Amino acid sequence: MTTATLESRNLRTGMLALLGAAAMLGLGYAAVPLYELFCQVTGFGGTTQRASESEAAIAERLASAAGGQQISIRFDGNAAPGLGWDFRPEQVTDTVTIGQRDMAIYLAKNNSDRPITGTATFNVEPEQAGAYFNKIQCFCFTEQTLQPGQEVRMPVLYFVDPKALDDPNMEGVEQITLSYTFHEAKGAN
Amino acid sequence: MATTADNFQAHADHAHDDHADHKPGFFARWFMSTNHKDIGTLYLIFAIFAGIIGGGISGIMRAELAEPGIQYLQFWAEFMGGTPDFDTALHMWNVFITAHGLIMVFFMVMPAMIGGFGNWFVPLMIGAPDMAFPRMNNISFWLTVAGFVSLLFSLFVPGGTGPGAGTGWTVYAPLSTSGSSGPAVDFAIFSLHLAGAGSILGATNFITTIFNMRAPGMTLHKMPLFVWSVLVTAFLLLLALPVLAAAITMLLTDRNFGTTFFDPSGGGDPILYQHLFWFFGHPEVYIMILPGFGMISQIVATFSRKPVFGYLGMAYAMVAIGVVGFIVWAHHMYTVGLDVNTKMYFTAATMVIAVPTGVKIFSWIATMWGGSIEFKSPMVWALGFIFLFTVGGVTGVYLANGGVDDVVHDTYFVVAHFHYVLSMGAVFSMFAGFYYWFPKMCGKMHSELLSHIHFWLFFIGVNVIFFPQHFLGWQGMPRRYPDYTEAYTFWNEISSYGYHIMAFSMIFFFVNVFYTLFAGKKVGANYWGEGATTLEWSLSSPPPFHQFSELPVIEDHHDYHDHIGDAKPAH
Repeated sequence: MTTATLESRNLRTGMLALLGAAAMLGLGYAAVPLYELFCQVTGFGGTTQRASESEAAIAERLASAAGGQQISIRFDGNAAPGLGWDFRPEQVTDTVTIGQRDMAIYLAKNNSDRPITGTATFNVEPEQAGAYFNKIQCFCFTEQTLQPGQEVRMPVLYFVDPKALDDPNMEGVEQITLSYTFHEAKGAN
Repeated sequence: MATTADNFQAHADHAHDDHADHKPGFFARWFMSTNHKDIGTLYLIFAIFAGIIGGGISGIMRAELAEPGIQYLQFWAEFMGGTPDFDTALHMWNVFITAHGLIMVFFMVMPAMIGGFGNWFVPLMIGAPDMAFPRMNNISFWLTVAGFVSLLFSLFVPGGTGPGAGTGWTVYAPLSTSGSSGPAVDFAIFSLHLAGAGSILGATNFITTIFNMRAPGMTLHKMPLFVWSVLVTAFLLLLALPVLAAAITMLLTDRNFGTTFFDPSGGGDPILYQHLFWFFGHPEVYIMILPGFGMISQIVATFSRKPVFGYLGMAYAMVAIGVVGFIVWAHHMYTVGLDVNTKMYFTAATMVIAVPTGVKIFSWIATMWGGSIEFKSPMVWALGFIFLFTVGGVTGVYLANGGVDDVVHDTYFVVAHFHYVLSMGAVFSMFAGFYYWFPKMCGKMHSELLSHIHFWLFFIGVNVIFFPQHFLGWQGMPRRYPDYTEAYTFWNEISSYGYHIMAFSMIFFFVNVFYTLFAGKKVGANYWGEGATTLEWSLSSPPPFHQFSELPVIEDHHDYHDHIGDAKPAH
């Protein structure tokens, strides 16, 4: 073994090692979209699902076959500190048939003297219900702009997936809380 | 690299010649060093220096915690350039716990274990003339120093409520993003970037050295266990640190450039930071202890005059600990709202680590069994390590349970646990390694009496500090607070007495170091006798500036534990 070949072997091993480190750096960043995807797919941490009209129709048929069990939904609304909005559900609780689509209304009012664009974050409690809580339409899908003093009624169209009835983790869950928090949209205004 | 190759060639002809030992002048030798032994020495000096600061900070904390109420923090707030009001005083507490954690982890344990002992003894033990990339080795060291300077600098610039970064060593968002204005946290983060980059380069260097530069005949399965431990550690560093780098870079852009990786208002999630941090953080705790495992294996075998029991099991137990260490991170996050199935997985996976760790403890004891044991200072420290690390390991199995952790999460029970494995496990192994190799490094023998006094006082001191903290934690005392209700006074007072004993013992350490350097008796190549069989004992003490110009050959009759002895009369 001559020193020249040792040198090139060292260079190769060293480069491979640094490549490994660079790959882990990339994976660190890849964790951001992967984590979001993971939550969306599994409903982890109470992440709610999005459903289309046709999926809702299927769920409705399934639910009526399953016997029309009911569940209570509690609504919660918060505005981030400093947003300058009033934000609350019109109705605090509602009882719905599982699989049946239902509409909830949230009220928002801009108390400040400037137009403010807000965006809402959301999840449900208990967390295992996230995979079964489907929204067909929601004000949280887009940013909302309120003019000074403007008051709006914002609808959420949702249903609870009848598959929840087959999940042992959902046993004993009698109420699902849907919670929203409005933040000022970053980069807006 | 070319330089080393040239030196290597130049000295190959006259090995063991005095010319092989000529050294560059002071500045070139210590500031532009490319010699693995000199860089190892620099790392050790740096680690001792950082340890004095980090240990001094824990003294301030134990003084403050000796009784309920706030006694000293106002003084420190003013001393550090803040206002002596209550909020700033409490902020100082956060700054102290942050600085203590970061210094001890990144600037004391890691530089001492990997940079210090690793640099010094990995090339010697595998029969290599130097590290694979000597100049990169130098860069690693000075990056670490620069990181330390950046961290110290952060103490003197505004960090929101007062001077310094008060985020804890975990730097959790949102406290570290929207919760701490001012440049202090930026400097602390930058410090981690620098130290992390230094460690990644160091890890690359070790991997390359160990894979490519072993002496002829030294197969992977004939390597000393300390080299195995550094190899596994280097892989952990290489795979874990870039994830930390990514996470803290996201923190930095969240803080300064309006990104929202960890900010819910922009679609981010602060829990993601915790996942990323602990994906790094859990391997990190093994990074801090694995080289210690390696040193303990060498020491126990040496002073039992027996080859280590179950060599392959010992090596692959470390590999297993390293691998499993990457898939248990969320046991640090049981209370963030994981569902029960996730908790079950992380509980089970965490407990699995007790198996390879148990293999190691068992094998150390089995190595001693029937051995001709000599209670020299390194052995005494190693025995202390085995005992205390096991105590920390047992509370670790305890805490692995998601259900139990719901109760004791972020209490002093956790503090007691990780100080048993780190400030006793890691630190005892470092002192063991120090007394084992210090005469090899400087060529003079330390005082065994002072080493033993140091051991006993330190052993009593740290146990008095940390054992009562189990009780405090179990009674519900939360960590990270400078004040507590009067019910917790008794054990806190005891714990603070323990600090005095520990600090007193360190006087014996420093006296011993100076005694050795100025008055120690000269030692020969192998001052521990026939139990010491790895290649560093075939060299003079201190070893020549350039060693192994003629590569040692590990022959077939040399077993994994015996690289220099004549096991059979082969030649």
